[in-house]
Amino acid sequence: MTVIAEPGVAAAVPASKPSRADNAVELRDLAIIFGRTKEALALADQGANRDEIRDRTGAILGAYKVDLDIRNGEICVLMGLSGSGKSTVLRAVNGLNTTARGEVMVCHEGALVDVATCGAKTLRDIRLKTVSMVFQQFGLLPWRSVRDNVGFGLEIRGMGAAERRAIVDEKLEMVGLSNWADKQVQELSGGMQQRVGLARAFATDADILLMDEPFSALDPLIRDKLQDDLLALQEKLHKTIIFVSHDLSEALKIGNRIAIMEGGRVVQFGAPADIMLRPADAYVAEFVKRMNPLDVLCADAVMTPTAKLSREAGAVMMDGDGGAVALTLCSEGKPLTLMINGQVRTIGAVDVSGAVTRKGDVVVAPAELPLKTAIDVRRQSNYPIALVDQLGRLAGLCDHEDIYRGLLR
Amino acid sequence: MTDWLTTHKIPLGPVLATAIEWLTDHGQAFFDFIAIALSALVDGLTDLLLWIPALILVAAFAIGAYALHRSIGLVAFIVLSLLLVINLGYWEATMQTLSLVIWATATCIVIGVPVGIAAAHRPWLYQAIRPVLDLMQTIPTFVYLIPTLVLFGLGTVPGVISTVIFALPAPIRLTQLGISTVPEALREAALAYGATKRQLLFKVELPHAMPTILAGVTQCIMLSLSMVVIAALVGADGLGKPVVRALNSVNISMGFEAGIAIVILAIILDRVCKRPERRAKRRSA
Ligand SMILES: Nc1ncnc2c1ncn2[C@@H]1O[C@H](COP(=O)(O)OP(=O)(O)OP(=O)(O)O)[C@@H](O)[C@H]1O
Ligand SMILES: [Mg+2]
Repeated sequence: MTVIAEPGVAAAVPASKPSRADNAVELRDLAIIFGRTKEALALADQGANRDEIRDRTGAILGAYKVDLDIRNGEICVLMGLSGSGKSTVLRAVNGLNTTARGEVMVCHEGALVDVATCGAKTLRDIRLKTVSMVFQQFGLLPWRSVRDNVGFGLEIRGMGAAERRAIVDEKLEMVGLSNWADKQVQELSGGMQQRVGLARAFATDADILLMDEPFSALDPLIRDKLQDDLLALQEKLHKTIIFVSHDLSEALKIGNRIAIMEGGRVVQFGAPADIMLRPADAYVAEFVKRMNPLDVLCADAVMTPTAKLSREAGAVMMDGDGGAVALTLCSEGKPLTLMINGQVRTIGAVDVSGAVTRKGDVVVAPAELPLKTAIDVRRQSNYPIALVDQLGRLAGLCDHEDIYRGLLR
Repeated sequence: MTDWLTTHKIPLGPVLATAIEWLTDHGQAFFDFIAIALSALVDGLTDLLLWIPALILVAAFAIGAYALHRSIGLVAFIVLSLLLVINLGYWEATMQTLSLVIWATATCIVIGVPVGIAAAHRPWLYQAIRPVLDLMQTIPTFVYLIPTLVLFGLGTVPGVISTVIFALPAPIRLTQLGISTVPEALREAALAYGATKRQLLFKVELPHAMPTILAGVTQCIMLSLSMVVIAALVGADGLGKPVVRALNSVNISMGFEAGIAIVILAIILDRVCKRPERRAKRRSA
């Protein structure tokens, strides 16, 4: 999970633009139009919306002014209602949709290449090696066995059967389908077929994976399982994944960052907590309204940051102005000693899952403690939770007040 | 009024006749070459089929059918019905017809499948050839039997050519159908993994269209068989000849015997060719 800057400061745009070297995909002023491009672009530049453009030119504004930086190794989710242009943007990344304007920069063999202008040969090379894709309806070839489907990308690349087989078997093992290698794909359930789709995408060892609603055609339980599997695989493989979803809960669950789209434009791009706590407009708010913040937020999104805490003689006052509970910090800002009513007490700790690692009167917890767990931890202690960042420095305090405020927004 | 219409007759027929004449005058060498090559192929295959002892050939057919379909019933039918054909004395004519059908079908596939693929990839081309295909299937066979006779002379060749003209639309249409119904999603999946046009054709489009193309081939065989009598009219050897002779001499028994041999050949070819298609369908269903 991305570390969020202080609440209130972080907006839709990341505070500091990451260096270009960090990015796997950069979309710059991307516009995609189906139909008469020129007239439609001119109208869009004059501020016409999608419906007006369609009525006046018959062209459909697929995407307009899309600017996204997708970092290496992150899962970026494109989210929005049906027809909002998610697939359109996704398919621009591997050139399945032609762009009307703007750049689609993809990190291919160490350099950023513009897919829109690179020419057929480079585009094919990008598709062979750098970008692979998972489809909503799986896109498997029904007359082929599972193994031959997984090896499809390698076969297209011209790899020999023997070499292919070793890789394919490894990927099948990875998605748990080793025993199904020789079956026809039609014999598999939907969830299994999508695993085949995943294995096929992983087989080419591409750095960038495009997933167009890969789990939408599956029933909820299987979907949940596959989301977990994907996250577990990502933990190991660190791919850059662009994931399309129309389901905010899915987006919040798997996305490091989420781009919310409406009418071909990106209306907000940020971390899940950003979207939850600070929806950019009414459209995003409408989505967020139905979400349970407990499933999404972490304690650091609701805490009172260290800078705002009341202090007395350098020590942080944990009971506000009561003055009875004082936490002194060392020079680096790590919690050092705890004084309650003038007596030294022990500092306890829990890990990110809420399990007690050290007993004590005040609990120190990692800042990315899920809000659900934070509630539990706070209930079992008499004092606010002291949240620390990855370096062990006090990030802020999380009290009942903070939790309620976060839940009510 | 009608008088005026009839007196100014448009020289449609004469124009076409002149065109054919022009072809005979200027393309004789070309047509001769085709005639010689085709008759060599058909006669060669016929000679080969007749050179092999009949019983051994029957056994070979039976084994081949079993290898393809694993069906005892089909094998029994093939053996018994072919023995009946031998018994009635139509073995030679049956092999001649088989050879003609095989070459006509092969020609149809060689021309029809590529044309069907091209038409599937270019909608304008399909629009353009559709009326031609309709014409080929609806125009009475005798109409183009005459020019083929003029161009290729009497014998097996005009029979094969007429058969090809009549049967060709089936593989073209069905190949076009099979290729153009490849789901867009499959095409896109292949493109997304970097497939070239060629790879797309051989790894996605043709495998997907294969059952439909095979149906076209089966249809083509049946249409070829339905032409044997007409082919016999221009001198092609085979089962059509006894039928024509029976017609001329009002010989009921000969007509029936030759007819039964044609039906037997049709059933065998149909069963042998059709099954793989159905099996493929079941697999992908
Ligand atoms: N090939 C195309 N030709 C014409 N219009 C298209 C094409 N592809 C997409 N569109 C239009 O572009 C708009 C955005 O489509 P897109 O498929 O990107 O939506 P989406 O957000 O993926 O929606 P969904 O959740 O339904 O998949 C839609 O109005 C669609 O009709
Ligand atoms: Mg879509």
